[in-house]
Amino acid sequence: MTADALTIEGLHKSFGKLEVLRGIDLAVAEHEVVCLIGASGSGKSTLLRCINLIEPIDRGRIVVDGEEITARGVDVDRIRRHIGIVFQAFNLFPHMTVLENVTLAPRKAGRLPRAQAEAQALELLERFGLVEKRDEYPDRLSGGQQQRAAIVRALAMKPDIMLLDEVTSALDPELVAEVLDVVRELAAGGMTMLIATHEMGFAREVANRICFLDAGSILEQGPPAQIFSEPREERTRQFLDRVIRAGRL
Amino acid sequence: MSGPAPLPDESLQGSRRSRLLPGIGGGRQSLAISFASTLVFLVVVGALLVGSPNWPQVRDSFFNADVFRETFPAIVGGFGINIQLFLVAEVLILPLAMLVAVMRSLPGPVFTPIRGLAIVYADVFRGLPGILVIYVLGFGLPGLGIPGMPKSEFFWGVVTLTLVYSAYVSEVYRAGIDSIHPSQDAAARSLGLSRVQSLRYVVLPQAVRRVIPPLLNDFIGLQKDTALVGLLGLVESFRRASIESSAAFNFTPYLVTALLFLALTLPMARLVDWLVARSRRNQLAGVR
Repeated sequence: MTADALTIEGLHKSFGKLEVLRGIDLAVAEHEVVCLIGASGSGKSTLLRCINLIEPIDRGRIVVDGEEITARGVDVDRIRRHIGIVFQAFNLFPHMTVLENVTLAPRKAGRLPRAQAEAQALELLERFGLVEKRDEYPDRLSGGQQQRAAIVRALAMKPDIMLLDEVTSALDPELVAEVLDVVRELAAGGMTMLIATHEMGFAREVANRICFLDAGSILEQGPPAQIFSEPREERTRQFLDRVIRAGRL
Repeated sequence: MSGPAPLPDESLQGSRRSRLLPGIGGGRQSLAISFASTLVFLVVVGALLVGSPNWPQVRDSFFNADVFRETFPAIVGGFGINIQLFLVAEVLILPLAMLVAVMRSLPGPVFTPIRGLAIVYADVFRGLPGILVIYVLGFGLPGLGIPGMPKSEFFWGVVTLTLVYSAYVSEVYRAGIDSIHPSQDAAARSLGLSRVQSLRYVVLPQAVRRVIPPLLNDFIGLQKDTALVGLLGLVESFRRASIESSAAFNFTPYLVTALLFLALTLPMARLVDWLVARSRRNQLAGVR
C-alpha cells in the first residue's frame, strides 16, 4: 500500500450529551475509495464534517498528508482548500451562476487571477457535461445538474481528497445515475475518496473498502465482496438484510 | 363539483392581478362593483365632512386656495432641504447600519465587547423617541463648543437622523443575515474561504437582496422624520409651513407640506409593495 492520505485516530465527537462518534480509527491510502455505510444517525455525516473541520472534534486526531489538521493553531482555511466536501443538499450559492460558483473559491481563497480560474473551471465543466450551463443560476438546473456542479465546485480547488456526504440522497431516482457516473469517473482518475452513501450497489462497485458504522464506531470493515456476501458481525448482517428488503441491493 | 373550476388556478396567478387594486381578481363585473363601492364610500365621507357644523371655518383655515398659492413656492423651497437631509443621511445609514449588523453577527467569545457595543447602540437608539435624540444631540453636542465641530443645524440634523435610523436598519440587515441558512456559510468555508470572505461573497449578497423591501420601508420613515430636524431651527418645509401659517393666520401651509411628503413617500410605498410581491412570486417559483 502507498502512503496514507488520511489517518484518523481515536476520534470522539458529541453534540451535547449525545455521543455521535465513539473512537473512530481509520486510515485511507492514496487513490483509495472508502465507502461508509450504516443506518441514519450512525455518524457517517458527522465523521465527514469533522474531517473537513466543519465540526470541532472532542478527542483524537486527524492527519491529512502527514499534517495533523486537528492540532492547535493550524490554519483551517488552508487545510480546507485541500479537502473537498460535497453535501447532500448541494449547497450551491443561489445568487451566483454555475461558473461563478465554481470560480469563487479558486479566485478568493486560491488567489488565482479571474481568467485562469475561469479557464480551469470551464475545463472541469466541459469534462462533466455542464459547460453549456455555465451562465445559469442553480435554480434553473435539475437536481442532478446541481449536484454535479457542486462536485465541480469542490474539484476546482484541486483537493487531495474528496468527501462525499450522501450526494444522491436528495435526488429523484432518475437523476441518481448521472451523479454516480461523475463519482465513478473520479475514482477511475485515482481520486482519494471517502464516501458516505446509501447506494449499496454503487458502494459495492466503486469502493476498495467498505466501513460499516454502527452507533458511532466502525463495527466492521473489509473489501466489498466480503462485507456484502459474508459479513462477520450480526449487526452488519441485520443492516444489510434491511437494505435488501428495501430493494436497495 | 362539476364544470370548469378556474378558482385554484386564478388564485395562483398573482402576477395577473392589478397592482393598484390588488383585491380585484379581474373581470368587468367585479371592476364595476369596486368602482361603485368606492364612489359610495367617498360620497358618504364627503357628505359627513361638508355637512359638519363648522365645515366653512375649517375649509377656510385648512383649504384656502389663496394661501395655498402664496405659500407654495416657499414651502417647496424648504422641502428641498428635507430631500437633501434624507439623501445625505441615507448614504451614511446604509454602510453604518451594515457595520453594526456585521459587528453583532461576529461569532466567538473574542468579539463579546464588539457585539455588546453593537447591541447597546441598537437598543438605545431604537428605544428612545427620535424627537428626544434630536433635541439632546442636536442642541447638546454643538453646545459643548468643541473646536472644529460644525454648528450648522443641517449637520446635526443629519447626524441624529443617521444615528437613529442606523439602529433600525442594522436590525433589518441582521434579520437578513440570520435568514441565510448556515449551510451556505459551511459550503463557503469548506472551500477554504475565510470567515470574512464567506460573509462578503456568500452571506451578505443574499441577505441584502432579501431585505430590500423592509429597507425601503425604513427609508420612507426616514423621509418623514426629516421634518423633526425643523425643531433644531433648520427651516425645512415643516418649519417653513409653521412660519407661513403664523403669518397668514391659516393652516393651509401645513396641507402644502403634507401633500409634498405624500408625493415623495407614496411612490416609494408602491415600489415596496411591488418588490414584496415580486419576491413572493420568485420564492413560489423557487419551490416549484
